[in-house]
Amino acid sequence: MQKKLVTIITESILEQMIVDDLKKIGAKGYTILEARGSGAHGTRSADWGQNQNIQIEVICNDLTAQQIIEHCQKNYYSNYAMVIFTTDIQVLRSDKF
Amino acid sequence: MIENLKDPAILFFIIGLLAGIVKSDLKLPEAIYEIISIYLLLSIGLKGGVQLAESNLSSLIIPAVGTIFIGITIPVVAYIILRRIGKFNRADSAAIAAHYGSVSAVTFAVVLIYLDRIGVKHEEFTTVLLVLLEIPAIAVGIFIARVRASKTQVSYGKLFHEVLFGKSVYLLLTGLIAGYILGPEGVKPVKIVFSDPFKGVLTFFLLEMGLVASRRLSDLRKAGSFLILFGMIMPLISGLFGTLVGYYTGLSIGGTTVLATLAASASYIAAPAAMRIAVPEANPTYYLTASLVITFPFNLIVGIPIYYWMSVIIH
Repeated sequence: MQKKLVTIITESILEQMIVDDLKKIGAKGYTILEARGSGAHGTRSADWGQNQNIQIEVICNDLTAQQIIEHCQKNYYSNYAMVIFTTDIQVLRSDKF
Repeated sequence: MIENLKDPAILFFIIGLLAGIVKSDLKLPEAIYEIISIYLLLSIGLKGGVQLAESNLSSLIIPAVGTIFIGITIPVVAYIILRRIGKFNRADSAAIAAHYGSVSAVTFAVVLIYLDRIGVKHEEFTTVLLVLLEIPAIAVGIFIARVRASKTQVSYGKLFHEVLFGKSVYLLLTGLIAGYILGPEGVKPVKIVFSDPFKGVLTFFLLEMGLVASRRLSDLRKAGSFLILFGMIMPLISGLFGTLVGYYTGLSIGGTTVLATLAASASYIAAPAAMRIAVPEANPTYYLTASLVITFPFNLIVGIPIYYWMSVIIH
């Protein structure tokens, strides 16, 4: 069954806010990973609290994916380090997501 | 001042800084940073609480009022300097100002060790002043930022939650209360963990701080010469102000030195987290570089002896 995987890479300070947003939008679940890397905001080396990144992964339907992207674009893109991309994926238990 | 370099904590900070400069592969796991900062905040709170249990609470009131006054005044003064002279935009000025109003618990621990080493006594309730200075300064910084700078929507619930229950204020405050409840007898069983190794752990932490600071050295260029100067002159202004308030609220030479150091120090744990939410438009490179790469080492190495000297002169 076809679903979307939305991947959000951003500053760890936003974790709680985005998790709340995801629930409101209607995502049924999510996975958060600690992340490191480099990009437009310089090196995010996760060596101390203010310099940590997270990667949030959400499996959802097309509509929810679109809503998540629009919401993040509107609220966080201009001021925070954030990258979002989507991937088409196959899942076994479609009703779970 | 050269004598001050003989402190292990300061030497270790320099060792960490050097490791970054010579591009050594030395790197402490992030979990170490987390656990040590939790340990230090809790130990500082606990020790302060025990001392508070032994001290006369009424003698605390006037210095406490003076401390809150400092916490409200410094961010306003810093904002005006950054905005008028530094020509920073409103968001950046407000965010940096909040950092200078707020305090660094590690700098506080270092000044206590400094006074201990030169054999100068201070009032027991200085840890309370540390907590008192932390909260209003961030609140005033947020207020300036919200009124003068930020146009983005912000969740105040989330913001106040971050200020009051963010790890640094939470650990200091609960440590203080626990220490007060337990008293000197009650903490004896845990003294071997929270009190005896404190200086050693602090020294180790400063190695890590040196490393973190060294990794941000390249940001100095982005910060610009004004901010570098500000990072050294602002603590002197706040330190002088803290000295005056300490003296006129009746603190001893040691207590005045502590208050001056608290006033002069800039936050790099609580304030950055609060400002990132309160003023997302502000560039974190500015406030992190100023407080961590410039003001923190400045206070550690030259600031503290100067504040002690100011305190001695005024007394």
